[in-house]
Amino acid sequence: MNYIIMIYEPASSFALRNDPEKRADYWARWPRYKQALVDAGVFVGGAGLELPATATVLKRGTDGKRLIQDGPYADTKEQLGGFFIVNVESLDAALEWAARCPLEPHDMIEVRPTLLPPA
Amino acid sequence: MLEVQAAIERVARDSYGRLLAFLSARSHDVAAAEDALADAMDAALRTWPAAGLPASPEAWLLVTARRKLIDAARHKLVHDAAVPTLLAVADDAYDMASQCEVFPDERLKLLFVCAHPAIDVTARTPLMLQTVLGLDAARIASALLVKPASMGQRLTRAKAKIRDARIAFDVPEASELPERLHAVLEAIYAAYSAGWDDFTGADVRRKDLATDALALGRLLLQLMPDEPEVKGLLSLMLSCESRRAARIDSGGRYVPLSEQDAGKWAWPLLGEAHQLLLSAEDGAKIGCFQLEAAIQSAHTQRAVTGRVDWEEVALLYEGIVRLSPTTGALVGRAAAAAEARGAEFGWSLLQAIPAQAVASYQPYWALACHLLWRMGRADEARIASDRAIGLCEDPAVRAFLQGRAAAGG
Repeated sequence: MNYIIMIYEPASSFALRNDPEKRADYWARWPRYKQALVDAGVFVGGAGLELPATATVLKRGTDGKRLIQDGPYADTKEQLGGFFIVNVESLDAALEWAARCPLEPHDMIEVRPTLLPPA
Repeated sequence: MLEVQAAIERVARDSYGRLLAFLSARSHDVAAAEDALADAMDAALRTWPAAGLPASPEAWLLVTARRKLIDAARHKLVHDAAVPTLLAVADDAYDMASQCEVFPDERLKLLFVCAHPAIDVTARTPLMLQTVLGLDAARIASALLVKPASMGQRLTRAKAKIRDARIAFDVPEASELPERLHAVLEAIYAAYSAGWDDFTGADVRRKDLATDALALGRLLLQLMPDEPEVKGLLSLMLSCESRRAARIDSGGRYVPLSEQDAGKWAWPLLGEAHQLLLSAEDGAKIGCFQLEAAIQSAHTQRAVTGRVDWEEVALLYEGIVRLSPTTGALVGRAAAAAEARGAEFGWSLLQAIPAQAVASYQPYWALACHLLWRMGRADEARIASDRAIGLCEDPAVRAFLQGRAAAGG
């Protein structure tokens, strides 16, 4: 089963990426987490995302006309900061991997199974 | 007023497991008994503050639960086949309650049912926490890292199994007792471990789980006062618990066991752990939990002798590996052997563990890193270090490993 692990971060966590004092620590963590996924043979894919302000939203208005807006889409305190897709046997195993994510105190993670086409 | 409230909550908590065990042992319908008891508890919390504690709170709860069982039967809220038994149980309960008899303590039987071989291993610990201690499923799910909906289903399935397969509420006979008891001990220890792994102690729910596991351990000792392994488990948990404050320094940094300030250990708990271990050894029936407890005791000795007797620790791990060669025991044995007889020897033991078993087992990689550094194999040590950090769940331990990696070992 494939599960996606989505990491939502507040602005304070995004800021760590360029914090002169804390950036080294921040950048030391995530590649090791990813490598651990790869070495355990469960890594399918994943990426860290640029800041939410770089997002662009495309939608169809009620009149069917295309509308492009500066993003991000959801106006929430926590924004999607990155994701991993893991191939594991069960949700329990996916949650175990999610618990190993090197999170900051206010980060949160959403874990979801990926959709399979109907049999 | 607050005192009355606290007293009520204490009675409710202390009685919950006894009442549920009593009702379930007779009806085999744990879920129906839980519902009835939950309603009775609610009623108690509403009624008692104004009316005061009844003379026999447990009798009061039983009578109320009986009414709820009858209601449930009338409204067909319970499994059809269960109705006659439930009513019979309710009558029994009513008789006992009205005569203010002390009703039998069936919690030991309930513990054996929870860890019965027919119950899925992943359901055993949550089932115990829910039925014996009355913890709610959502809290158990968070502490054990399971989706709450899945936890609910797991518990429901387990209760259906108990009811439909009519799993016997009894204490196993001598011939099967060791194995069955081991399953009970493992389930309790699983709860303790989940609570113990939270090094920073930031997560109250998980710390509480360790306390809950200790409560189960103490209850089991009270119910089986002569079993050496029961003493072993409680001794082990108490030793671990005594180190809680010493695991983190004043700056919130993780401190490994061998570097902990022994002055910060909770010595009353260690004293109790020591006594339990001594009296377990009198039983002359060795088991994994006594051996684990003895390893903890060897670490405690450091406070007196100034050093850990690693030869002894290695020997104790050898005993555990013979009884039950889990990955954890194999890694522990390699660590102790490395301290006693050198990094190369420890490394050879570590290498003998199948790669598949350790692909995501963090302690293996932390130890591999440590031994590789000691052998001067820096490049391999760095790879193992990265792996140990990548697999780490606890922020304090992660920071500790990162600091060690940055310092070059």
